Amino acid sequence: MANLASDFIGIKSPNPFWLASAPPTDKKYNVERAFEAGWGGVVWKTLGSEGPPVVNVNGPRYGAIWGADRRLLGLNNIELITDRPLEVNLAEIKEVKRKWRDRAMIISLMVPCDEDSWRDILGRIEDTEADGVELNFGCPHGMAERGMGSAVGQVPEYIEMVTRWVKKHSRMPCIVKLTPNITNILAPAGAAKRGGADAVSLINTINSITSVDLDSFSPEPMIDGKGTHGGYCGPAVKPIAMNMVAEIARSAETRGLPISGIGGVTTWRDAAEFMALGAGNVQVCTAAMTYGFKIVQEMISGLSQYLDDKQIAMSDLIGRAVPNVTDWQYLNLNYVAKAHIDQDLCIKCGRCYAACEDTSHQAIAMSADRTFTVKDDECVACNLCVNVCPVDNCITMVPMAKGAVDPRTGRKVGDYANWTTHPNNPSVAAE
Amino acid sequence: MRGENLPFDKKYDLCQPFQNGKGSAKPKMTHSPLTPGIVPGRLPAEAYARNFGDHEPALDRHEARVAADRCYFCHDAPCITACPTSIDIPLFIRQIATGTPEAAATTIWSQNILGGICARVCPTETLCEEACVREAAEGKPVEIGRLQRFATDVAMGKGLHPFSRDAATGKRVAVVGAGPAGLACAHRLAMHGHDVVVLERRPKAGGLNEYGIASYKATGGFAQAEVDWLLRIGGIEIRTGVELGRDVTLDELQASYDAVFLGIGLAGVNALRAEGEDKAGVRDAVDFIAELRQATDLSQLPVGRDVVVIGGGMTAVDAAVQSKLLGAETVTIVYRRGREKMSASAHEQDHAVQSGVRIIHNAVPLRVLGNGKAEAVEFTYTQDGPGGLTLLPETFTLKADQVFKAIGQVLKGAPDNLVIAGGKLAGPLGKVWVGGDCAVGGEDLTVTAVAEGRDAAEAIHASLMS
Ligand SMILES: Cc1cc2nc3c(=O)[nH]c(=O)nc-3n(C[C@H](O)[C@H](O)[C@H](O)COP(=O)(O)OP(=O)(O)OC[C@H]3O[C@@H](n4cnc5c(N)ncnc54)[C@H](O)[C@@H]3O)c2cc1C
Ligand SMILES: Cc1cc2nc3c(=O)[nH]c(=O)nc-3n(C[C@H](O)[C@H](O)[C@H](O)COP(=O)(O)O)c2cc1C
Ligand code: SF4
Repeated sequence: MANLASDFIGIKSPNPFWLASAPPTDKKYNVERAFEAGWGGVVWKTLGSEGPPVVNVNGPRYGAIWGADRRLLGLNNIELITDRPLEVNLAEIKEVKRKWRDRAMIISLMVPCDEDSWRDILGRIEDTEADGVELNFGCPHGMAERGMGSAVGQVPEYIEMVTRWVKKHSRMPCIVKLTPNITNILAPAGAAKRGGADAVSLINTINSITSVDLDSFSPEPMIDGKGTHGGYCGPAVKPIAMNMVAEIARSAETRGLPISGIGGVTTWRDAAEFMALGAGNVQVCTAAMTYGFKIVQEMISGLSQYLDDKQIAMSDLIGRAVPNVTDWQYLNLNYVAKAHIDQDLCIKCGRCYAACEDTSHQAIAMSADRTFTVKDDECVACNLCVNVCPVDNCITMVPMAKGAVDPRTGRKVGDYANWTTHPNNPSVAAE
Repeated sequence: MRGENLPFDKKYDLCQPFQNGKGSAKPKMTHSPLTPGIVPGRLPAEAYARNFGDHEPALDRHEARVAADRCYFCHDAPCITACPTSIDIPLFIRQIATGTPEAAATTIWSQNILGGICARVCPTETLCEEACVREAAEGKPVEIGRLQRFATDVAMGKGLHPFSRDAATGKRVAVVGAGPAGLACAHRLAMHGHDVVVLERRPKAGGLNEYGIASYKATGGFAQAEVDWLLRIGGIEIRTGVELGRDVTLDELQASYDAVFLGIGLAGVNALRAEGEDKAGVRDAVDFIAELRQATDLSQLPVGRDVVVIGGGMTAVDAAVQSKLLGAETVTIVYRRGREKMSASAHEQDHAVQSGVRIIHNAVPLRVLGNGKAEAVEFTYTQDGPGGLTLLPETFTLKADQVFKAIGQVLKGAPDNLVIAGGKLAGPLGKVWVGGDCAVGGEDLTVTAVAEGRDAAEAIHASLMS
């Protein structure tokens, strides 16, 4: 069994799997059951200022989209931060942390954008013995209308300012949770870094409408005939989240800033991918909401087996893919591959043929007995056939050896060369 | 993989055109299904491999992935409750779905160390798969048994044995019987650091996995391979050819070991109590099956032309189906009560019928007819009422040169001083624990024997360490 013990900005947990701030971490009952199931840590459901708690809608707060077999692919919500009294949450956090010393306990916070409010709340949580705070600058609905959540997270100057206040008034490690509802993730990430954040976590949810009821003409989830944009999360958002994580990990401005990866983590593989792209740990919400806390056992066994198989430590995995994330202009234009169909695995559905014939390069031949073969002289290696094939590993991309002649172009496969030196590049030609 | 849905006659070569030995390309086949009497080689040589091959082929990676994808990861899943060993089925299926069948195998084995054979022989249609919510939803359960086989096959294929022994305790435990109950008990005890000696009367370990289960359920020498794999835990010594009662007494075992586990199965068989039971050609189905399982060349194994099997359980079905697969012309199971009372599941009964076996319900044998050797059996019809079974006046006769008795196995050779309830052992008693078919509560299922062996080991461990 590989060692999965995690140290994220000095916060220790038996594994790198934390539950994100959300309903799974809303109260002692949930969190204790999560710890019993094996979760390494939790970010407690976001706390607000003292005073009357926020209220939630009393109708549906979630909408969803599904894949085949009604597998939940994306979830959206219009839930606000915790609607329980502050004192109750604080007492429970303290009690749980005392009982579960080895697990990470982070408190998520969202209070109005003034220094007093932040100083007050930081003072209130001091006594809980929590391991750190996470600043929720991400929530895209409800709270943003009140000048909090993503309303702060979309203005880098505010992020920097609030982060500074937090570092000034608290000794706790501080994680800044970023909203993806911006055009360039480097702006808020850079601001968090300048403000002194110990880490960033991302992503929070994405503005979305999951569906429209075609009888009542209301967006879903529907409250009395009306709906509003909610925050989107779950497997569907993972590619968006991973790109943002990778950008922060590889950019000169933010490189080295620890990252807690969030967004669609459902299996150990998702977690490993986030980590390879630079996340020091991961947080999970939707997968736990879909399948329950037990999934962490598969994450633990899977990641551990993977590290054992690869004979690497978890620290070797973290960031391992970052050097391979590059700009398009540096991709090797002399890398030539051809699709190859494994005839033993092929089930003769013809989906590759339809895709290639109708929308790609007419590079797959179909015989009278439904044998599908790739025409190497037409194939541009676009990968579409691989993507639409229902059988894992049936169609693969086989790279051509250097010096071999590409039957499509008649040219020899040459050495590495990219767009910056390509003759068709106007800026090269201009020189 | 593909082709498993071939129509029956392509799968099992029963309907091969008859060829007589002379000038034939297959000189080995000297007899046909029509040859009278109990003779070997009724089929062409190549038919045996086909007939006794894997009856439910292993899933390949693609099939496993598709099958695993169907699992809903139910909360407090009903399949777990339905499995006598309580394997965490949704978790192991999720581990397969995420590409780690090795981790899935660990999940399986930590509850059921004989998860490999169970995946092959469990009547899943009355256990885990019956409870699957997709059985209720669509009548098509997740293929739990086959997925379990996929995971354990992958992990065994890679030589993994993900268990090791705790620090030695210095305690020694004797396990009598190397069947599923005894082996599961021995493994768990060894894991806890105890030293285990297994005493087995037969020449090979495995119990009915080796001598009973239908051969097409455990092909390729799987039963022995699994025993070898299980022993890799270390700390288990198997002594074959040692019989409790003949070579050693329970008192001696109690004197020289810290605890004793009895998993001796049911070594006796019920008598038919029909006239002519002693005629040649009449024998116990379990003996025939054991002989079949140990045969190195099935074409040399004699079988009747007209086979009659008396009984209604798994043993009756297995004896009948395998007689048919060996080339008997007609095979008939006769059971004394109605279809729903048969202890062979509906799935197994269907399997028998599809294999060409005829099942007659509500009849009992009166006498075996024939001059010295069986030629026919005379039956009378029965009626199953609240007052029990009544014999009806109407009789019929079936041609039979071979008759198998499969009317139940019974406890035999158990030490006299043990408590016997309903013909089975009850424990624990002092230093002696019991489990599996021989014990009260045993269900005549491999998986139940494993569960009881494992639980007895935990109880023994708790008692030795207290
Ligand atoms: C023909 C047949 C087909 C079956 N098919 C299936 C099936 O498909 N699926 C299923 O789940 N179950 C099936 N069963 C039932 C299953 O095989 C048993 O429930 C299971 O093997 C019980 O395990 P056990 O360890 O209690 O006993 P056994 O497997 O009977 O093992 C007992 C062991 O103890 C040894 N022993 C007995 N007496 C002594 C002694 N005095 N000293 C030393 N050793 C002794 C025996 O030789 C044997 O090795 C079948 C049974 C039969 C007979
Ligand atoms: C119902 C719901 C409520 C949430 N509430 C909060 C919250 O209070 N604070 C917060 O920082 N994020 C909140 N989130 C966002 C999650 O913490 C997480 O960032 C997001 O769901 C993406 O991860 P996932 O794809 O694993 O769900 C909420 C998400 C959901 C679904
Ligand atoms: S051991 Fe048998 S009953 Fe239990 S899950 Fe496996 S196949 Fe199903």
